[in-house]
Amino acid sequence: MSHQHFDEAHVLHELKHYLPSQTPLKDFIHHNSLHAFQHMKFFDAIFKASKIFGFQATLQLTEFRELHQIGRINNEVLERIIAEKKGVQQVQLWKEKLLHKKYDTHNSPRIGAIRAHWKNEYKIDLDNLVQPLLFRILCSYLDQGISIWKFPAGNDGFLSSITRLEQNSFTSFFKTSRARQLLLQGNLQIGHLLKTVVGDEAYFEQYLFDQQFSHCGWSGMVCAVEAMPGSLLDRKTISLHDLIVFELLLEIDALECELGKNWQPLSSHVKTQPVELLAGVAPTELSVVFALWQEAFEWSYYDQVLAGISAEKKREHPAPKQRSFQAMFCIDERECSLRRHIEFVDPACETLGTPGFFTVEFFMQPQNAKFYDKLCPAPVTPKYLIKEYDVKKERKHELLYTNKTHTFFGGFISTLTLGFLAAVRLVQTIFRPKMSPAISNAFTHMNKEGKLTIENKSLEDRENGLQIGFTIDEMTARVEGLLRGIGLVKDFAPIVYAIAHGSSSANNPHHGAHDCGACSGRPGSVNSRVLSFMANHPKVRELLQERGIVIPTETQFVGGLHDTAADQMEFYDEEVLTKENAERHKKNIELFEKALDLNAKERSRRFASINTKKSLRHVRKEILKRSVSMFEPRPELGHGTNTLCIIGSRQLTKGLFLDRRAFLNSYDYKTDPEGKLLTGIMRPIGPVCGGINLEYYFSRVDNYKLGAGTKLPHNVMGLIGVANSSDGDLRPGLPLQMIEVHDPVRLMTIVEHYPEVVLKVIQSAPEMYEWYINEWVHIIAIHPETHQFFYFKNGVFTQYVPLVKKVNTINDLIVLVEDAKEMETNNIVHATQENLPVYSLN
Amino acid sequence: MSQILQLFVLLPLLAFLASMVISKNKEKLISGIAITTTGIHATGSLIFIVYWIINGYPVLDIKHLVLYKTAAFEFVINFYFDKTTAVFATVGGIITLLVSIFSRYYLHRDEGFKRFFNTLLLFFLGYSLIVFSGNFETLFIGWEILGFCSFLLIAFYRDRYLPVKNALKVISIYRLGDVCLMLAMWMCHHLFHANITFSQIHDEAFIADHLPQHTSLFIFTSVMIVVATAAKSAMLPFSSWLPRAMEGPTTSSAVFYGSLSVHLGAFLLIRTYPFWENILVVKLLIIVLGLTSSIIASSIARVQSTVKTQIAYSSITQIGLIFIEVALGFHTLALIHFAGNAFLRTYQLLVSPSVLSYEIHDMVFNYKPPIHDQSTGTLQKIKNAIYVLSIKEWNIDWFLYHFLWYPFKWIGSKMHFLGKPVSIILLAIVFLFGVMSFTNQDGRSLHLENFLTHVFSLLGLLLVLSSFTKRDDARRAWLFVIAGQCFVTLSIVIDDNVDLIEAFIYLSGITVGAVIGYICLNRIKQVDNDISLNQFHGYSYEKPKIAFIFLLSCLALIGFPFTPTFLGIDLLFTHIHRDQPILVALTSFSFIFIEIAILRIYARIFMGQHKKNNHPIAYRSS
Repeated sequence: MSHQHFDEAHVLHELKHYLPSQTPLKDFIHHNSLHAFQHMKFFDAIFKASKIFGFQATLQLTEFRELHQIGRINNEVLERIIAEKKGVQQVQLWKEKLLHKKYDTHNSPRIGAIRAHWKNEYKIDLDNLVQPLLFRILCSYLDQGISIWKFPAGNDGFLSSITRLEQNSFTSFFKTSRARQLLLQGNLQIGHLLKTVVGDEAYFEQYLFDQQFSHCGWSGMVCAVEAMPGSLLDRKTISLHDLIVFELLLEIDALECELGKNWQPLSSHVKTQPVELLAGVAPTELSVVFALWQEAFEWSYYDQVLAGISAEKKREHPAPKQRSFQAMFCIDERECSLRRHIEFVDPACETLGTPGFFTVEFFMQPQNAKFYDKLCPAPVTPKYLIKEYDVKKERKHELLYTNKTHTFFGGFISTLTLGFLAAVRLVQTIFRPKMSPAISNAFTHMNKEGKLTIENKSLEDRENGLQIGFTIDEMTARVEGLLRGIGLVKDFAPIVYAIAHGSSSANNPHHGAHDCGACSGRPGSVNSRVLSFMANHPKVRELLQERGIVIPTETQFVGGLHDTAADQMEFYDEEVLTKENAERHKKNIELFEKALDLNAKERSRRFASINTKKSLRHVRKEILKRSVSMFEPRPELGHGTNTLCIIGSRQLTKGLFLDRRAFLNSYDYKTDPEGKLLTGIMRPIGPVCGGINLEYYFSRVDNYKLGAGTKLPHNVMGLIGVANSSDGDLRPGLPLQMIEVHDPVRLMTIVEHYPEVVLKVIQSAPEMYEWYINEWVHIIAIHPETHQFFYFKNGVFTQYVPLVKKVNTINDLIVLVEDAKEMETNNIVHATQENLPVYSLN
Repeated sequence: MSQILQLFVLLPLLAFLASMVISKNKEKLISGIAITTTGIHATGSLIFIVYWIINGYPVLDIKHLVLYKTAAFEFVINFYFDKTTAVFATVGGIITLLVSIFSRYYLHRDEGFKRFFNTLLLFFLGYSLIVFSGNFETLFIGWEILGFCSFLLIAFYRDRYLPVKNALKVISIYRLGDVCLMLAMWMCHHLFHANITFSQIHDEAFIADHLPQHTSLFIFTSVMIVVATAAKSAMLPFSSWLPRAMEGPTTSSAVFYGSLSVHLGAFLLIRTYPFWENILVVKLLIIVLGLTSSIIASSIARVQSTVKTQIAYSSITQIGLIFIEVALGFHTLALIHFAGNAFLRTYQLLVSPSVLSYEIHDMVFNYKPPIHDQSTGTLQKIKNAIYVLSIKEWNIDWFLYHFLWYPFKWIGSKMHFLGKPVSIILLAIVFLFGVMSFTNQDGRSLHLENFLTHVFSLLGLLLVLSSFTKRDDARRAWLFVIAGQCFVTLSIVIDDNVDLIEAFIYLSGITVGAVIGYICLNRIKQVDNDISLNQFHGYSYEKPKIAFIFLLSCLALIGFPFTPTFLGIDLLFTHIHRDQPILVALTSFSFIFIEIAILRIYARIFMGQHKKNNHPIAYRSS
């Protein structure tokens, strides 16, 4: 920040880069909370960010030490890490530092220094004077549907709307005439206003950073809406520029009001030089200590996993002659346990993993909907539209959610009538929770009985620039891409399921974060149904045959949806099944039900409200109840504990208990010797799985600044975000209730292929390579022939031999989950003990 | 039958005491106690009501416990039961029970799980005391407990700035109401030469006897009651505290600010109705207050873009209407309205997080792009003016600050010279002179006595105000507020030749609290050698035990019920005569600011973001 000269465009660009980039909550897209620092090496980046903005970047030193004490950080691993980084001779020296040396762990951030002068020199609390009104006006302007009386002055830009309102009203937002006059004159330059407020141009950039980061939630939201107006249903034109101008006007107004006419700009009282906010941060001994601890914490877990895989590789899982069915699931780590249970109840089946949009990307319009839903990974912009029609069911309303209760007369009538209905409802929600229109239900995303325009009628059939439905060629390309990607090109079973996932939850503004990340934070039911339709299409089958994928006519695809919170499943277009397959399907449903029972049981071990030792049927019912309980802030635990991403054959993990911590992507290196398909598979791993993992990481290590804090006091703001109380800043990131179970470790990607092929693949695109070379995500290649592990570090794959030689074997999973202890408190030292080690299943 | 009434108060008290001693991580036991207690309470009161109706629903009144008695003064715990009690007790019991069950899951693993349930039980005790109370004194105990619970629950997330700031804001307004209620009690005492009970108020002949000769005093008392109810029920000009009180867990907001606590103003109005029903001015005042509050609040509710603040203002709108219904004598309607509003807002608050998905889903299907009226006519200008004003909450906050708090702050800030050594010595001499003049009764003239009384009272107030605005060492502020209390006591002692035992009752609580509090502050000073009141320190993170002990000594100092000071305050007040308006005003202001100054010290030193960033701490704006 050595700009003596203030360059507005440059500073705005920098601000947008560093502000949090969470979009309105209706679509929850996980992303690396420190994406702005991703061009740097992980540890350099987090410590730099920490110094600038005052985050906690790893666990605390005392926590690491306690984790070591209880054995969660493996001593052997710790010594090995130190030896690797500091040399074998240094191990004792550094170990002493890590374990016992006293450090001053206080972190005084660079941000906020210049604006602190208002309080120190002028005795003015400018934040208190400006922020409440600023937030209220911003929220009213962006509001999607809470207020009854909408922002009255149009929608052609934040500043111009406010100007119009000021011109056209007998009252003003401002207390003094000076700020109002400035606004009404128009043509406001940030630089000019800063001249008034700050004075010396050298401080401008620092001042704006201080100002915007004093409420980074709202500023980040403004940037997100500016960049993606489509992220709001009721679109609003707003820009960071307008926000800054208006905020500076409010500051001038407050200063004028408090100090009278003749106040001096801030810089006249500043004696220090401007701070280079974004300048580099030299590593300290403490940051090295933190980095060593972090790696030791991570490898204590990875090492077991690798040992488990090693053992697993040696075991034989003979494939059955004829598969009973195949089921494709999302790579989501929550499906990891369900797949294990399905394979347990029917050893003859095969389960596969692929990103949950099943390689079909499109917008979907539910019947009568005024908007389109995007159903594919967030960075993709589809060219297709699928419309729902022939839905008979009407959408139900919830009487008590009417805004009539908030008016004068309406309120009078409704308190005397609805008030007593509310009492009954209150009793119901507590004693008999059940699904209602007020609960976000994964199964209502698409109507099972409705129909979809999947096949394109003619190329002219378009709407708003989107082609309605896919042509045969387009369908074939997608089905082929999917099947080749997961290596399912022969030995088809009679039924192939494509099972998407979604999540139902009640009273949960963050419900989008529990849905499918590969479907832009929505349930993937439409995708599974569309894919199945395509793969069943005779013409598609013909074309596939020409391209070498022969699917027997007997084989049929069936779409379905798994509700990861309620542990319920639903299937689509079952009527197309042949008689034989319908019979098989009926039997399979029973199997799925059994697997869901077991899955519910396994999940229940983390839920205090459920006694895991009770019968399967009871536990399953309780799990369902949780998903519709208004009083339950943890309907499910989302991606909490995610740590691994395994790309390869199911044989690598089939006999392992990974405790729902692994993203599992099926891939057969044999069908892809040059890694062409692998490139496609690897591309989303960073942004999707890495993004999820890092968002959990940062929300876990600093839930106050990088997470959303506890959910309990949250207040829904304008239907776009949450804040604490009425005057608080928006809280991006994940709430405490989602991250308690999470161990903050980086994602370990394990790919089954030759190291040189994997290297070539990750190097094929710079944005992909960045994740690995900068160590935001670890990667290991498993040599398909020698089964040796190769860990990627500093641009090369080198062999890694696990320290742990053997993982424990368990005979009965049910006993394991029934006996597992719940965490005592959500302090990491207690919480991590709830996460079970890797076991080999007998 | 009336003997049963006391059980409804005893039960929550016992539960609260039991709950205090349970270990922090026994979630099931802690919530179990609360649920059982409120459950028994709710069923018990339902059964009792049936029994009561069968017996021909008589009005019950029982003198239960004499806490203190002299020839001129009697402090009695009195219970009372009628239709109003029946409705408030039932609705309160049911809502607290349901919210306790809700919270058992909702607050699972929250760091303050135990704190929450303890406070909830304490609240329930206060609420029961109020609704079952048979005289002002009993009601006042509950009233005070409730205010303190509010402070604790608003500042529940004490490691953040906004909750603590807002908790102080709310308790300040509550305190104003409390002191008004105290004045009403004081005046009643002088009006009837005894502490009267609610059943006496309901005795038409009794009121009619006194009213004609003392109309202005009746009006004064009524206005004090109205101010107290307006503060509690967030009527104008206090309305802006209600949305800001929504800082704690959603469940506590639901039970306090959505439903029970906020309706107690209306309860007190119904209770005291016979007292003012024949005074037209008061009736009109209440109607106008209710109506303007209702209209203004509904305009603010219309522009709210956040769910909880919208509910808060909608609730005020209805409470305003309830005030009108009470004033017009439609008490049954008012009670139904109360029950409906309480249930509706509780429910709406509890499910408020679900509004996001419900409304967004609704928008997907029913969205209509808004049409903006582009006209520039006068009507549009008026409309826009109202919109802008509503967004700014009609400047209520600004108004309160500038006309209510700022003058006192200004005076306080001019009083810092009192901290200079010379001033301290002078003050000490003056104080000793006062003590001597009291002990040496022979040589005093009435004039001198009267003069001294006022001087001491004024000095007391100035010392308290100075403490209230202090920004340096917390220990000095602490000593100042204690010195202020000594002066206030002395002024009254001189004035009315107060029995030394009474002064002792008052000062005994204060002395213990003062010494322990000072030791606590000293301990904290030793940590970083910095306890300036210029910022929030958040020491409860580092020193939770000291924080708790200090809080207890604060309670002793502010005269929380169950400390002798509480009784003492009441006693002192009765010694001020009704022809001493200046003295009563000075004393009242002192009592308002004593509590605010003390809780401010507690908040600044022990609450807010912890000042050391060697662990994750919250943003100030969060």
